[in-house]
Amino acid sequence: MTTTATPPPPAPVAVPAGPNAADMPVRIRSRWAGYTTTARYITLFALVCVFLLPVYVLLITAFKDLAQVSPSRMWEWPDSLSLDTYRTVWPKLEDGFRNSLAMAIPAALISSFLGAANGFVLSKWRFPGADIVFPLILFGMFIPYQAILIPLRQAMSDLHLLGGLNGLILAHIIYGLPITTLIFRSYFTGISDELIDAAQVDGAGMIRTFLFVALPIAVPAFAVSVIWQFTSAWNDFLFGLVLTNPDHWPVTVALNNVAGGQVVPYHEAMAAALLASIPTLLVYILMGRFFMRGLMAGALKG
Amino acid sequence: MSADVEDSAVTGTPITPVGPIAQEPSGIELVNVTKRFKGGVEAVKDVSLSVQPGEFVALVGPSGCGKSTVLRMIAGLEEVSAGRIRIGDRDVTTQLPQHRDVAMVFQSYALYPRMSVRRNLGFGLRMRRTEKAERRRRVAEVANVLGLEHLLERRPGALSGGQRQRVAMGRAIVREPRVFLMDEPLSNLDAKLRVSMRAQLSLLHKRLGVTTVYVTHDQIEAMTLGQRVAVLRDGALQQFDTPQRLFRYPVNLFVAAFIGSPSMNFVQARVADSTVSFSGTRIPLPAGSPLAGTDRSVILGMRPTAFAAGSANGWPTLRVVPEVVEELGDERYVIFDVDAPRVDTEETRAAVDAQAADDALLLPEDRARFTVRLPTEPPIDVGQPISLALNPNRLYFFDPESGAALGLTPEQGSSEQ
Repeated sequence: MTTTATPPPPAPVAVPAGPNAADMPVRIRSRWAGYTTTARYITLFALVCVFLLPVYVLLITAFKDLAQVSPSRMWEWPDSLSLDTYRTVWPKLEDGFRNSLAMAIPAALISSFLGAANGFVLSKWRFPGADIVFPLILFGMFIPYQAILIPLRQAMSDLHLLGGLNGLILAHIIYGLPITTLIFRSYFTGISDELIDAAQVDGAGMIRTFLFVALPIAVPAFAVSVIWQFTSAWNDFLFGLVLTNPDHWPVTVALNNVAGGQVVPYHEAMAAALLASIPTLLVYILMGRFFMRGLMAGALKG
Repeated sequence: MSADVEDSAVTGTPITPVGPIAQEPSGIELVNVTKRFKGGVEAVKDVSLSVQPGEFVALVGPSGCGKSTVLRMIAGLEEVSAGRIRIGDRDVTTQLPQHRDVAMVFQSYALYPRMSVRRNLGFGLRMRRTEKAERRRRVAEVANVLGLEHLLERRPGALSGGQRQRVAMGRAIVREPRVFLMDEPLSNLDAKLRVSMRAQLSLLHKRLGVTTVYVTHDQIEAMTLGQRVAVLRDGALQQFDTPQRLFRYPVNLFVAAFIGSPSMNFVQARVADSTVSFSGTRIPLPAGSPLAGTDRSVILGMRPTAFAAGSANGWPTLRVVPEVVEELGDERYVIFDVDAPRVDTEETRAAVDAQAADDALLLPEDRARFTVRLPTEPPIDVGQPISLALNPNRLYFFDPESGAALGLTPEQGSSEQ
């Protein structure tokens, strides 16, 4: 690895001498820059290959049939690229897939919305004691699922929410609040107070300032929060297993059941895992662009 | 206004003439207002201020003097620690900002970034549940007045600085509030635009006649815009008067040093035998001066314009050696040292700090340094001694201890040109 601090420059540009030199971009760089850049990219590419090896195995195994699947031949290319495995495995996942969508989407949206409201009052509409309430909320992030599993199940049972999806949604909403609150509080802290003042003087109270002024600005934070919440709700296994009955098992439980049994059908497990991960990938691809967008442009003097 | 007519034809609402807005202007009354922040900092100390209906009042002072806090308290964005605030005949001290019917223009403009210009302008009306047709009519009218029609569908991010500033003004005007509050609205514009916006603001105020409180740290802006100017320092109101009277009758050293550009020249001087003297110059006190017959040390103040080249009108003269001559085209500033101790009190320093540090000294000075304004004729050379005549009627006297003005009489003021 090289420790040069210069960013990777594009292909070296020959600087011609003579009167036209001024038109060419002039770069200040070490004379070894070309070599170090090449070395850096080779290193990075090698590391990428190492990290992607499991994904490679996942992809090729999903295309194999039962006869070809064996741990000793896991690196080998499949004889034929067959989609049969996906066809076999989909019926086993379908219900769980539907349950997970019905659970993760509302859980992500509602917990992001509530987190936005929390973040707003904790940063822009402060109340006495906000400095105590915020750390307490954050504390929730450090409580492991396992620690509250039994009381949670008991509580859901008492609330008659056990078995169906609503209880699971509620659990994910509440469990997500610390992180969504943190995301939005940090985001709103970076926004000019004058914007909130302006809304107040314009006649908006707390709720309308939040809905009409703060929330529209917070789209990037909302994207981050929704991606995070959707992914964690989708990937959760423990709550799904403990709080729902078999009719409402999420996809993670269904996935587990595909891999269960005497002989592990690796190709089916891989295909199922791939299918189960598609929604989180999609959410990231669709909403990831909001990360980068500067949505505050133009609010202030510029 | 043509847009007005068209719009009314569409919506069927009656045309109200563009001009003074429908609402009767309200006065603002601050009674012994004090603001103490958490931690005990007193940002505003016992300020009482009465703004007449329709008046344009400028609040001016160095940064940190509490002027913005006063404005925010009038808006209701900051609670008062003590005292009362009245707008019109209502006591608004405990009212929420949204119920005070004031509009505010912020230094950063604070436009809503996710709304188009049209929705930015209409937001205040929407929040006040103004009818849609009426809202459209008023937005169109204001856009027309401010030349924003072609920008209505744009987002603030796609506007230039000057355009954003106009949208911020428009957002206040469209509300037709009882009071405009402006917090350094021009400070983010470049110098040229600032001067032209200043004139437009004056015109706008004449036309709308809305009571306006305008906060600025720029004394020129305050003097040119304000019908009356309130000078604040360290949270305390120093003087509240018309620009002319502020200039002519500053109540203390701070106001004297703060108002006027270039700043007033100060020197430690001695009053005795009805004359005031410093560094060998003896100037007879003006007739009827209350200082006549006293024997005391004073701080003597002279405006840069109180001097004339040569020996004119039988005025007392100073012999000085110009150190710097600044040519401004049709006039020049001549800077020279006077052989007398420099006046360096808290008041003058506070006032200097406010002038964007352009009076700050590069080199430590123990002698008083004067700036005078002279015509471009006759020519003046650096280093060549010249005679300056000083108008004895334009002397300002201050107590060296308290900084309070001494012996200013109306006669003295009226004799100035």
